[in-house]
Amino acid sequence: MNKIIKGLWAEHPIFRQLLGMCPTLAVTTTAVNGISMGCAVIFVLTFSSLVVSLIKKIVPNQVRIAVYTVIIATFVTVVDIVFKAYFPAISKSLGPYIPLIVVNCIILGRCEAFASKHDVKSSLIDALSMGLGFTWGLLVLSSIREVLGFGTIFGLTVMPKGYDPLVVMILPAGAFITLGFLVAIMAKLEKR
Amino acid sequence: MKDITRIIVVLTLTCVVCALFLALVSSVTAERIKDNATKNNNDAITALAPLAQRVEKTVVDSQTLYKLFDRQENLIGYAFLAQGQGYAGTIKIVAVLDSGLSTLEGIKVVESVETPGLGGRIVESFFDSQFKGLSVLPAIIALKDNPSKKNEIKTITGATISSRSVVAILNKRIETIRKALQ
Repeated sequence: MNKIIKGLWAEHPIFRQLLGMCPTLAVTTTAVNGISMGCAVIFVLTFSSLVVSLIKKIVPNQVRIAVYTVIIATFVTVVDIVFKAYFPAISKSLGPYIPLIVVNCIILGRCEAFASKHDVKSSLIDALSMGLGFTWGLLVLSSIREVLGFGTIFGLTVMPKGYDPLVVMILPAGAFITLGFLVAIMAKLEKR
Repeated sequence: MKDITRIIVVLTLTCVVCALFLALVSSVTAERIKDNATKNNNDAITALAPLAQRVEKTVVDSQTLYKLFDRQENLIGYAFLAQGQGYAGTIKIVAVLDSGLSTLEGIKVVESVETPGLGGRIVESFFDSQFKGLSVLPAIIALKDNPSKKNEIKTITGATISSRSVVAILNKRIETIRKALQ
């Protein structure tokens, strides 16, 4: 149970470990983008952790990072191709950020720090927990930015008619500001 | 020495297996991705020129130009695919011009890798609807303020470069088409 909670709260990848900042800051302009990115990361993280954990005994120590990177890049490319073929709209709106999952440090980080040292079952649990944690983090961040920046959530208008959208929330500065507040709130909650 | 062999073998095997796997996924989906692109372009033309009943393909300046005819076989306009450099990569636009080559019936950005939420919004209707009925004589101008003339559009806040790129790509292609047809 503790292992599952770990990625969702105590060792939350975004708010506690501050990993994967590039997609966190870049794609969280709308809630749909946030969720899609989260799902793509869950997929890549789960399968990469599975494979890394399976082959951990046969990979020589000197080239382990290179091997992990190739495996991760393969799964990311699969996601990219599948999105292009079956979800062209999402693929279009996420654009280059799908291929960029390759350099998302949550994935390499979990493969190196966890999957390469643990059995398959714990690695899968760790990957799912971290992936889900990452996804809810993106969802919160993107919802706040979408509501304040566009006045909508999942494309539905929620703000009153006279609301003048705060454009800064959609720009990179808005991402940093929102993230800063969220990290601070999480730290405060944790201290109690 | 033994170590080196093992390193080479493992690394090579990893790459070969991954490459094979990717080749498999790609061969399964390639057809669908291509279909998506063609369907996307055709849908865009149909949406922009609902009256078109027959489409005739011609080539202008080594790029395809579609002549659109209505039910009575009258030429009602031209559809074309224009592409060029945006802020982050290539932008591809399907556009329909009236038969006099002076007004746009509308445009649709069919492919772009602009920043999601900023330049990426060139695909959204609030932006591309500005091109419906837009005069292209003289060339289109992108403004940061609200447009006042028939050939002006408003850029997206935070995505001036992407917006201007769309305008530049269109202007360039319309210019070549006009030169070729006159």
